Amino acid sequence: MESSGAAISLGPILFNWQPEAWRDFYFRIADQAPVDTVYVGEVVCSKRSVLFEPYFEEVAERLKAAGKTVVYSTLSEVMLKLDRQVVDSVCGLQDSLIEANDGSSLAHLSGKPHHVGPFVNAYNEGTISFLARKGARNFCLPAELPATAIRVLCERAANVGATIEVQAFGRISLALSARCYHARAHGRTKDSCQFVCENDPDGMELRTLDNRPFLAVNGIQTLSFEYLNLINELDDLRAMGVSRFRLSPHSCDMVAVASIFRSVLDRRIALAEGLEQLKALNLGAPFSNGFYHGVPGHQWVAAGSTQRTPAKASTKTLELR
Amino acid sequence: MNTENEANDGGYVRPELVCPAGTPAGLRTAVDAGADAVYCGFRNATNARNFPGLNFSVNELTDAIAYAHERNAKVLLAVNTFPPAGRFELWREAIDTAARLGVDAVIVADMGVADYAAQTHPQLRLHLSVQAGASSPEAIRFYCKEFGIKRVVLPRMLTVEEIAGIHGQIDCEVEAFIFGNIGMMAEGRCSLTNYATGISTNMDGVCSPAESVRYEEDAERNLNIKLDRFTIDRFAPGEKAGYPTICKGRYLCGVREQQGYYAFEEPVSLNLSALLPKLMRAGVTAFKIEGRQRSRAYVKAAVSAFRKAVDDILDGRDPGLTSLLALTEGSKETEGAFRSKLWR
Repeated sequence: MESSGAAISLGPILFNWQPEAWRDFYFRIADQAPVDTVYVGEVVCSKRSVLFEPYFEEVAERLKAAGKTVVYSTLSEVMLKLDRQVVDSVCGLQDSLIEANDGSSLAHLSGKPHHVGPFVNAYNEGTISFLARKGARNFCLPAELPATAIRVLCERAANVGATIEVQAFGRISLALSARCYHARAHGRTKDSCQFVCENDPDGMELRTLDNRPFLAVNGIQTLSFEYLNLINELDDLRAMGVSRFRLSPHSCDMVAVASIFRSVLDRRIALAEGLEQLKALNLGAPFSNGFYHGVPGHQWVAAGSTQRTPAKASTKTLELR
Repeated sequence: MNTENEANDGGYVRPELVCPAGTPAGLRTAVDAGADAVYCGFRNATNARNFPGLNFSVNELTDAIAYAHERNAKVLLAVNTFPPAGRFELWREAIDTAARLGVDAVIVADMGVADYAAQTHPQLRLHLSVQAGASSPEAIRFYCKEFGIKRVVLPRMLTVEEIAGIHGQIDCEVEAFIFGNIGMMAEGRCSLTNYATGISTNMDGVCSPAESVRYEEDAERNLNIKLDRFTIDRFAPGEKAGYPTICKGRYLCGVREQQGYYAFEEPVSLNLSALLPKLMRAGVTAFKIEGRQRSRAYVKAAVSAFRKAVDDILDGRDPGLTSLLALTEGSKETEGAFRSKLWR
């Protein structure tokens, strides 16, 4: 499956889907999707973890039987007793590969091989080297890193025996909070939420007061309204040394999304055709790739565009005086 | 200066009052007003208040340290942003300079920066910035073990009871924000500004950059406040307009179609003055006042008021906090997460 030397991974489901839909989604991925690695586990809200527990083992077995590598993802924000218990139990899984998404899971996994998820701030060479010494073998990079940084991190990762993964599809996680914004919108609190986030399988869209779509709320998480799409950047990323491309699950046809990315990576279809096929999925939101190009993250820079305006931070280049 | 183990009759450990120093003049103001420690940053992306007109050159910091030390106050240097790969040198230089100048501690967030500091300057005292987002005992102990962190600045998401619980499970000192502007998002884990403007809070040290802010009046004479091309809030004529921060703006959503609502938080500022004794009992030994971007008059008033309040509590008097009311007049206040978990 990795004929082109680039693997496709499926990130953890970020949303509160119905448990049966959650199970069936993974069954279909196991049976039909050309993905190599599947990340499973609740990363947003510890209250949701119990909902999927009954199907956890079944799903993992089905994925493994289909030849997928299963990696268990940990919570991104760990603060409450329940959060800590959930992290404890995931990190305690025997003979399993775990992806750490916060400092507490890094503490648990230190000294044994593990993955580092995009919620850990691995921004630079120093952090990559440090975490590799602690056992990190794969880094899924924070989404806001530009191409210039990704390139350097690929070189460093290769030197310390680790691999680099980048998210290539799906809404981008932009912020976490202690407060649940789904509950807030419905006049509830995190404790009394009644799992109202289940109403929005791709997040609850926020619009500005002049009705422009802006963000998507998913419990304590704030996501982009746009869907990240790095299909045009795949060749560049592969040349840098990125070895895995992460597709973040949505309620659209993810088998189709995976197949399109696989076909483009294997050069079985042209890039332009791949992009057209992704557009035809009618996601209800535009694509973005701005972070990669160092411009506002919501923007879309067309392939071959010469209008890649540099970020305008006048303070960026100020040196010590 | 070391007051860590010194408990008075009320059983309180004397807390360190940690105050903002946005400029050399601001630093002198804070020290003169009774700060036990001041925190500041270099004039570049290595700190999380990288605003035009703020911060310190190397020479300015050298003089500031001398001024503070002569008056028995500590200087803490914030090197608390996340260097993107390829630009690490600027942060390394900041750490080396801090060690050379003899700051009392460096406040770090990035693991690469912390690792460099711990390896290269083992004598340099390290505090863990709120930007590191260490919100559990396991995470805090990890940072302490790996980098020799001596104090953690706790995220502003915990109740006082939860702080006490964490304090009992870690070996380092605990610092908490008590006053000033607070964002709603977990610190160090927010890319909203970069998403809207192309400037990163984590990498560039700027949230809601002034150069991206636009004020536009519409046909109904409402004032629309924009960050780059996104309307963050709208104010009717006569309504008091605020600065556009994404997490304190008004938006529409499916269940709030009719009227914009504060999807994340209202434009409030933190004031924990009524909780100081509880925080002290919970094991907080350093109180932090936010506001490196604020005026010297503001800093003087806030530091003086909290100096008096802390001293009153230590001496068994009722803390007089009326002078703080004037500072927050006109803007709403909150005790945030600290009072109750219903805030979440």
